[in-house]
Amino acid sequence: MSFSTVNSELFIGFFENVKLFGITLLFALPLGLIIAFGSMSKFSPVKLLTRGFVWIIRGTPLMLQLFVVFYVPGLLFDIRFPGSNPRMTAAAIAFVINYACYFSEIYRGGIESIPKGQYEAGQVLGMTKTQVFFKVILLQVIKRIVPPMSNEFMTLIKDTSLARVIAVADIIMVAGKFSARGIIWPLFYTALFFLVFCGLMTVIFGRIEKRLDYFKA
Amino acid sequence: MAILEVTNLTKSFGKTKVLKGISFQLEKGNVLSVIGSSGSGKTTLLRCINFLETADGGKIVVDGDTIFDSESDVKLSKKQQLEKQLKIGLVFQDFNLFPQYNVLDNVTLALKIRAKERPDFKKNKKQIYAEIEQKALALLKKMGLSDKVKNYPCELSGGQKQRVSIARAMALEPKILFFDEPTSALDPELTGEILKVIRELAEEHMTMVIVTHEMTFAREVSDYIVFMDDGIIAEEGKAEEVIGNPKTERLKAFLSKISD
Repeated sequence: MSFSTVNSELFIGFFENVKLFGITLLFALPLGLIIAFGSMSKFSPVKLLTRGFVWIIRGTPLMLQLFVVFYVPGLLFDIRFPGSNPRMTAAAIAFVINYACYFSEIYRGGIESIPKGQYEAGQVLGMTKTQVFFKVILLQVIKRIVPPMSNEFMTLIKDTSLARVIAVADIIMVAGKFSARGIIWPLFYTALFFLVFCGLMTVIFGRIEKRLDYFKA
Repeated sequence: MAILEVTNLTKSFGKTKVLKGISFQLEKGNVLSVIGSSGSGKTTLLRCINFLETADGGKIVVDGDTIFDSESDVKLSKKQQLEKQLKIGLVFQDFNLFPQYNVLDNVTLALKIRAKERPDFKKNKKQIYAEIEQKALALLKKMGLSDKVKNYPCELSGGQKQRVSIARAMALEPKILFFDEPTSALDPELTGEILKVIRELAEEHMTMVIVTHEMTFAREVSDYIVFMDDGIIAEEGKAEEVIGNPKTERLKAFLSKISD
């Protein structure tokens, strides 16, 4: 087995990880904001329901959630995931929900840490609540949540390999197939993929932090 | 005719009655200072008039327009309410500048947002924005901040920040400008520059209401002084009389404590 064959197969596997990573962020980042507003709602049924949901998602293993999303719709309602890759769809749904809940708490922490005076200043200047949020609050929140978010992004890329429990052919699964044939080194070699990816992420987040360094909030 | 008429304003937080029926009037171009020890209700009064708290009862009329009336059944939309609110400007104790915007943008932000609602906005966007910036620059010049327009709030001293926030409030052309202890968050050597700005505004006959601890300043700049004690106006009148010749024991005690 040549190095380049192993390499190219691992790349194909890693592409699945990156795909899951991308889809999760695309949907979980906005969904997390909605959940954050739900858990800050002044209408207590909404608040309690949202917080209960976040508790369940954060309180159970992601691996279990993958099984639930993949098997339960079929077992209970005979529903199959549409599309050419139902396993990836199921994994994406589980990841989006799981990460949206974690993001929501980061957002909530960020939003609640902005001093009340910022809202009041916006209000006395005649801005509506929505205008205050988007024009005044949001960028300050983003600045504050960059460090915890970078943590989540790094955890996410590594978590994506959990999707192999529902047979998404991720990099670890590909490497596992090599091990089954007695070639063990690719399994350890996968670390390099994650390391490089996380290294890149560190650089990007560093840039973002620097870009937002021009103001103090 | 009075530009500001507050009638029987009440406010409670839970069981604590903070305002027990406050009434006063202010003539156009006059300066009113509200003094009193902490807990007397003066900040709550200011917050109720600025809609940062909703009063439980009473009536507020600005320039003939009722902006708050607890008895009225007329329901205003949020938008209408905001419009009415804009008759009053507020300068905060701790500035509350928007940290991510530079000085100029802090002053123009609200105006630019409001400009978007103008029917001719799309057609004349450039010109409208240019006019807004001209106006903001003129205000900042008046505040002595011409060389700071591109700076961010974190690069300014406390006194400069407070002057920006005065310019920001003035940009919306309020009929009355309120100050919530405008020098309390400043080092003593910086309070002078703010007091100078307020004094200049008073000379231009800007109608102002100032909640303050600076007795000498209050005496010098105000036409009227209201002394609040335990949720009521305990004494009021011309500045000289109230501070120079207090009648109630409470005010005498308060003034002697302040001057210590």
